[in-house]
Amino acid sequence: MTAAAIPKAQFDSKPLLLLAGVAAAGLPLIGSPSTWLTLTVAGLAMGLIVFIIASGLTLVFGLMDVLNFGHGVFIALGAFVATSVLAGMAPWVASPHLLLNLGAIFMAMLAAMAVAGAVGYAFERVIVKPVYGQHLKQILITMGGMIVGEELIKVIWGPQQLPLPLPETLRGAFILGDAVVEKYRVLAVLIGLVVFAAMLWVLSRTKVGLLIRAGVQDREMVESLGYRIHRLFIGVFVAGSALAGLGGVMWGLYQQMITPQIGAQVNVLIFIVIIIGGLGSTLGCFVGALLVGLMANYTGFLAPKVALFSNIGLMVAILLWRPQGLYPVTNR
Amino acid sequence: MSALLELQGVHTHVGAYHILHGVDLQVPEGQVTMLLGRNGAGKTSTLRTVMGLWKASAGRISFQGADIHGKNTPDIAMAGIGYVPETMGIFGDLSVKENMLLAARRARHEGELDTQRLEWIFGLFPALKKFWLYPAGKLSGGQKQMLAIARAIVEPRALLLIDEPSKGLAPSIIQNLIAALRELKAQRCTVLLVEQNFGMARALGDRVAVMDNGRVVHTGAMAELAEDEGLQQRLLGLSLGAHA
Repeated sequence: MTAAAIPKAQFDSKPLLLLAGVAAAGLPLIGSPSTWLTLTVAGLAMGLIVFIIASGLTLVFGLMDVLNFGHGVFIALGAFVATSVLAGMAPWVASPHLLLNLGAIFMAMLAAMAVAGAVGYAFERVIVKPVYGQHLKQILITMGGMIVGEELIKVIWGPQQLPLPLPETLRGAFILGDAVVEKYRVLAVLIGLVVFAAMLWVLSRTKVGLLIRAGVQDREMVESLGYRIHRLFIGVFVAGSALAGLGGVMWGLYQQMITPQIGAQVNVLIFIVIIIGGLGSTLGCFVGALLVGLMANYTGFLAPKVALFSNIGLMVAILLWRPQGLYPVTNR
Repeated sequence: MSALLELQGVHTHVGAYHILHGVDLQVPEGQVTMLLGRNGAGKTSTLRTVMGLWKASAGRISFQGADIHGKNTPDIAMAGIGYVPETMGIFGDLSVKENMLLAARRARHEGELDTQRLEWIFGLFPALKKFWLYPAGKLSGGQKQMLAIARAIVEPRALLLIDEPSKGLAPSIIQNLIAALRELKAQRCTVLLVEQNFGMARALGDRVAVMDNGRVVHTGAMAELAEDEGLQQRLLGLSLGAHA
């Protein structure tokens, strides 16, 4: 058999076509192209923030079958750390120079990731490790951990809502014809795409990434090859917590107001995303998050009363089509 | 000849079930030892226990003279034992290249793979070269089995544990597999091979251990068992000749 006769592995593009289809279907339903553009950018920004938050969680589940319902506490922690950092950098935040504004935001993001990652490490060692392989206990104890975490946030930052205003130059919107595209949402899309590209690079081009992908499929075999899967899992848990912290900053800036319950509010969306994406699948998580973001924004505009249920409906429809999710992981 | 791997009175419990009831087994260096027995006799459980995937509840397991009982699976693998499970353990979403790269623990990228050894492996299993960049999950059953064995030998291992490599494969593929395993045998590889295909067992085995009810009930030369139909009937409930 010559090389030319080797059948090519087909990339499954149907979920991507579905995503494009949802975006295309939104245009005639919304009617106005400018409104559609505004909602689409908002949906992509929301989707990419949810992807950043959910991507670590889906790998945590894929690697060790750990159901972490406490992921939301890292989101809240990230957002609250950002308020403190941005308050400390008030002159940079209020500056009319874009670079200083971006510098303040990136410092807040780095601090949020560092704190969320460190707390994630302690969370894994103290709360998750004793309940490996026990799903019911995992659900109960991680939810309990989130409640304790929220209360500690109230002790440190107070129980009230806190503003998380955007820096000066990121307020307002770009006007493209009749369309209004908020500046921050464009930034959120860019950051989300950079994180997605970085994750794909790590997962496909590095040995650690190969180990993560292999571990999601068959952790016993990874151990039989001589690798310590628990160390890998701790690393992924910490990275996932740090990404949730980053997502918390972005979500807080998206809402411009944060509460200690901000993580719990996003939790439902995150679980919808990792279920419809296919547990353990990064690409599935990405497509699922964008679908959820677009659906939430389109239905919020077209039929606000059903907006709350639209993503549940989306999940049901996708699971009827593909019961293992959009991009199921082999061997699971 | 000295035993590379030795099990003495090994018991294994999985949950409430007592699976191995005092296994005594010696795997001599440089030989192929066949582990035979009826379904449920404890062959796969023995391999899993050696690999530390199930912990032995009693007994001693020594490898190259060192006690490995109670060690973690990665430590046992790093000590020099390659394992090919019954399920093959192929990472289906990864390419053939990526599967091999993971098994080559010292290589960080393709450029660091031992090319001489890789060419030797391609000589044993030409299909792997052809499908090098192809997702492993899309390979045929025989090609997956070849990849599973290739992965176990991509770096030199002192001992290979291979669990039913012929399971579910067409006769022509089994012949290819026998040829490749013969080549490994010629290289003086030490192999503990679980097999239900008696033709394959006879073609490859130097020594044989027969298990029943979680114990080794017979050990000896493979040729001896292959020639003694009465012994086959008594130990296995059938004759090898009828299944060659």
